[in-house]
Amino acid sequence: MSFLSRAPAPAWPLAAPADDGPGNPWFSWRYVHDNADEILSALQFHAGLTARAVIIALIVALPLAVVAYWWRPLTGPILALSGVLYTIPSLALLALIAPAVGTTRDTSVLIALVLYALLVLVRNALAGLTQVPGEVRDAAAGMGYGRFGRLLRIELPLALPGILTGLRLATVSTVALVTVGSLIGQGGLGDMILGGFRNNFYKAEILTGAILCVALALVLDLALAGIGRLLTPWTRERRS
Amino acid sequence: MNYFHEGIVWLNDPLNWTNPGGLLERLQEHLVISLWAVLLGCAIGWPLGIWLGHRGRGGGAVITVANLTLALPTLALLTILPLTPLGFGKPPVVVALAVFAVPPLLANAYTGLRQIDPETREAARGMGLSGGQVLRQVELPLSVPYLAAGLRTAAVQVVATAALAAFVNGGGLGEIISAGFGIGMSNGGGGQIVAGGIVVAGLALLVEGLLALVQRLVTPRPLRTRRRRRPSAAAPAA
Repeated sequence: MSFLSRAPAPAWPLAAPADDGPGNPWFSWRYVHDNADEILSALQFHAGLTARAVIIALIVALPLAVVAYWWRPLTGPILALSGVLYTIPSLALLALIAPAVGTTRDTSVLIALVLYALLVLVRNALAGLTQVPGEVRDAAAGMGYGRFGRLLRIELPLALPGILTGLRLATVSTVALVTVGSLIGQGGLGDMILGGFRNNFYKAEILTGAILCVALALVLDLALAGIGRLLTPWTRERRS
Repeated sequence: MNYFHEGIVWLNDPLNWTNPGGLLERLQEHLVISLWAVLLGCAIGWPLGIWLGHRGRGGGAVITVANLTLALPTLALLTILPLTPLGFGKPPVVVALAVFAVPPLLANAYTGLRQIDPETREAARGMGLSGGQVLRQVELPLSVPYLAAGLRTAAVQVVATAALAAFVNGGGLGEIISAGFGIGMSNGGGGQIVAGGIVVAGLALLVEGLLALVQRLVTPRPLRTRRRRRPSAAAPAA
């Protein structure tokens, strides 16, 4: 901690005063301005990790949901397994994955995030698929749709609201979960939050990270809600 | 290099359990923190949810609260609260965990009272029961399964997230994991990290299983037959 003993002015971003005086405000534009590059790169990392996790989870979850939908006996086991996995704490999952995968890259965080997002997505996609009315399914079969044609043209579009609900929930919770990755220094904005805490309780850094985290979640949620409205115009008509 | 094996070996060393800062001490801390957090969550979530459900309004607010806490990183609350007048130590951790316990308790209490057949409520009123009597003698007994489901979801979530308290030196089983990282992966810390992960995961699954049993026991027999999927805070009124 030699930098503490040197002149405090140049080391200002490194060592904030620990008292509650004006030197350690909850929010400081000067901090944001001086550290814009680091904040932006943390935000970028956070958003990128979230996007990768949710997209991979969606690619895996949709076929799983369809499999569970087509073979009903598989529904119980798939949902039970997802329930058990979801119960396992994120920190424990990360602790089990990280030593084996390595702690220098974000792969282990990505795996944990994908697993959690996967479960939300499978459940909601399955709920959406099973909500398709039996008459609609029968009508489609009567019109000569095969299994895949019916799935792609009838059932998946009708399950879209459920899938989108799952996507929104998965995205929002993934944004919050990425912060746990700061256990191995791969937490994006979580690294800022924890870094501020460890850096002599630097409130501006903590709160900037936390605000950006919540803001990112809300922005992504609103964006997905907007996309959902565009993709499912029929739900709007019914409501009005 | 097999970290899982190393983790089992670490768990088989009795000293790792009984040492100061060992598993038993951390487990006790973990359970005490979790218990207080769940109690605090119940003290806030249940009365509010029951009142809103009894009055039959505020459903939108309940869902909004549940969704908002979903976006709130646990780590943010854990680091911010010690810097407020709550001070360092256990209280801020308990409060932070309670914040995440409230939504499932609130949402399930609200759903539990709202799902009651309106005719039942009308019949109770027709028999001359007052509002308080309807609540105590009709609505609360009928919503016990939902209250129990909320308690189960909240308790499991609190036990799971209590591990994160180690980030701010709040104690609990997470300390085992972070101490493992402190030792370093190359110096045998990997086994301890995995061991901590196994214990935390096992504890969460154990609590889930126990409370599932409790939920089944407190549910009156006639309500058991048609089992509905418990509504969680993560998927409010899909």
